[in-house]
Amino acid sequence: MAQAKTTILSPRLDAVLARRLLGQMALIRRFEEKAAEMYALGKIGGFLHLYIGQEAVAVGATSTLRPDDYAVSSYREHGHCLAKGSDPRRVMAELFGRRDGLSKGKGGSMHLFDKSVNFLGGHGIVGAHLPLAAGAGFAINYQGGDQVVLCFFGDGAVHEGEFHEAMNLVALWKLPVIYICENNRYAMGTAIHRALAQTEIWRFAETYGIHGEAVDGMDVLAVRECVGRVVERARRDKTPALIEARTYRFRGHSMRDPAGAVYRTREEVEREKQRDPIALLTARGLKDGVLSEADVRAIEQNVADAVDEAVAFAEASPEPPASFLFTDVYKD
Amino acid sequence: MAVMTYREALNLALREEMRRDPRVFVMGEEVGLYEGAYRVTQGLLKEFGEKRVVDTPICESGFTGVGVGAAMLGLRPVLEMMTFNFAILALDQIVNTAAKMLYMSGGQYNIPLVVRGPGGPAAQLAAQHSQSMETYFYHVPGLKVVRPSTPADAKGLLKSAIRDENPVIFIESETLYAVKGEVPDDPDFTIPLGQAIVRREGTDVTVVAYMGMMYRAMEVAEELAREGMSVEIVDPRTLRPMDTQTIVSSVRKTHRAVVIEAGAGFAGMGSEILSFITEQAFDDLDAPVERVTGENAPMPYARNLELLKTPSKAKIAAAIRKVCNA
Repeated sequence: MAQAKTTILSPRLDAVLARRLLGQMALIRRFEEKAAEMYALGKIGGFLHLYIGQEAVAVGATSTLRPDDYAVSSYREHGHCLAKGSDPRRVMAELFGRRDGLSKGKGGSMHLFDKSVNFLGGHGIVGAHLPLAAGAGFAINYQGGDQVVLCFFGDGAVHEGEFHEAMNLVALWKLPVIYICENNRYAMGTAIHRALAQTEIWRFAETYGIHGEAVDGMDVLAVRECVGRVVERARRDKTPALIEARTYRFRGHSMRDPAGAVYRTREEVEREKQRDPIALLTARGLKDGVLSEADVRAIEQNVADAVDEAVAFAEASPEPPASFLFTDVYKD
Repeated sequence: MAVMTYREALNLALREEMRRDPRVFVMGEEVGLYEGAYRVTQGLLKEFGEKRVVDTPICESGFTGVGVGAAMLGLRPVLEMMTFNFAILALDQIVNTAAKMLYMSGGQYNIPLVVRGPGGPAAQLAAQHSQSMETYFYHVPGLKVVRPSTPADAKGLLKSAIRDENPVIFIESETLYAVKGEVPDDPDFTIPLGQAIVRREGTDVTVVAYMGMMYRAMEVAEELAREGMSVEIVDPRTLRPMDTQTIVSSVRKTHRAVVIEAGAGFAGMGSEILSFITEQAFDDLDAPVERVTGENAPMPYARNLELLKTPSKAKIAAAIRKVCNA
């Protein structure tokens, strides 16, 4: 049943785990900072929704999964795709609209898919992928598997009917799906109190009789602990859950709203940046003595190299040939 | 050959495909315990159990999304829309998700999904339950759209739809469920999607029509035969992909064409069929192609008005005479 905000148990952090979590968060951060640069240079077009500030949610949550588990997300999904294990080079090539992109350049930033790591996609219609996650859970049960599905979405999806349809279905049918609402307090430019009658999102779980919990989405270890518990439970007895990860997006809604300054104050943004999830983990690791300054510098260098390599790969990849316009419309 | 109703033919197709492939399951409102609002899924729960015959809450968008997600993991869902009018609630899942998944994923995730149920003009069901729904789907690349007119077609095309690797919109009709016809017994009998059929051979004019309009056109053709007119009737059966070749070949033979559709005419199926006939066979035509369509109004409830809404035999006959006398 639903419960209030978790007491953070300060899970044990060892050197291997600290390097892994920090490495993934830093990779996502660096990848997106570079993507923003490439957008400004006109190398990336269309919509580009950055995840900067929210990295602890994707990394903490997916760190509890087995490779054969599934993840699915919205259009703000670069972080989830990378955290699930996709090759940054192919993700960048997709953003560039090149043939070696995950979707051959046909999907773009909002539609990353990677079957090789069971990443079921980036979906562009708010709320529409929540029933898809339920369908993946249905198929797992149908096939007799013990995998679980993590479904990431923003607080804006909670306004949608499909959120409630999906909650009802996973609860009714006992589907192994963990819904992770990344509450960054703004649905595009609409503050949560202007859009939701119930702003404690985890409480919707009570209505559907499933486990609900709020967690500090800036603390990767808290996310990992919370999601780890519900994932193990779902694997064991098919129990779904709704997790509200309280987080903040440091950038605007998309590159067309780069500052996100109209609907929130500069003071608020600066205050939230004090709780940068990467800085928090770094400080914790240094304090616990499981990370050294040298470790941190090495991680930064590694991810900078990986992202540079991703850009070089994307630049070198050819545009999709004209014939690709008509492939993958139907499967024979 | 066995003689059975359209409804029984659909039921048999579902049974045979579920026996053939354990990945196939049926899901929808009232498909199990209630045995289907129109009894198309009668007996399936008893034979296949709750795992494969799944009653859903009333949530068309939700359960269609479940179908799409399950298809991504390799299952082959057959979703029932109690009536296709309700599929508008699932339009986003069908159009934005199911139809585009293969493309957006660069070929990684195909969606072998069937969405089936009755649509088109019914009997005094009024505006929200009686309309031609194919219009909302055949425009969309990535979807296939089937409208089967006879029991044999219902069986053969539904089996092909279930075996297809893509999302297929399969729209039946309340008014045809009780129609009887011969259906091949062979469990491997299928009709490929995208093949039109010549229902009636003739030499003076080609009439293109499907579902209830096809039966109405057949009656008109018999009446006009007594006046010495020879009407050929072509039933497209699949609207997307459309078998343009069979239709154009018929027009090249008869040099005249009338296109009938039950739905409101503006930007309807008839417009598209008329377009490709004109594009591909203009020089063969001896008269402008005529369209006979439903009127551009919602479906009224009152019986007298309802009769005015869909193309009558008199209007069909008048259009045929017009092109033949041109």
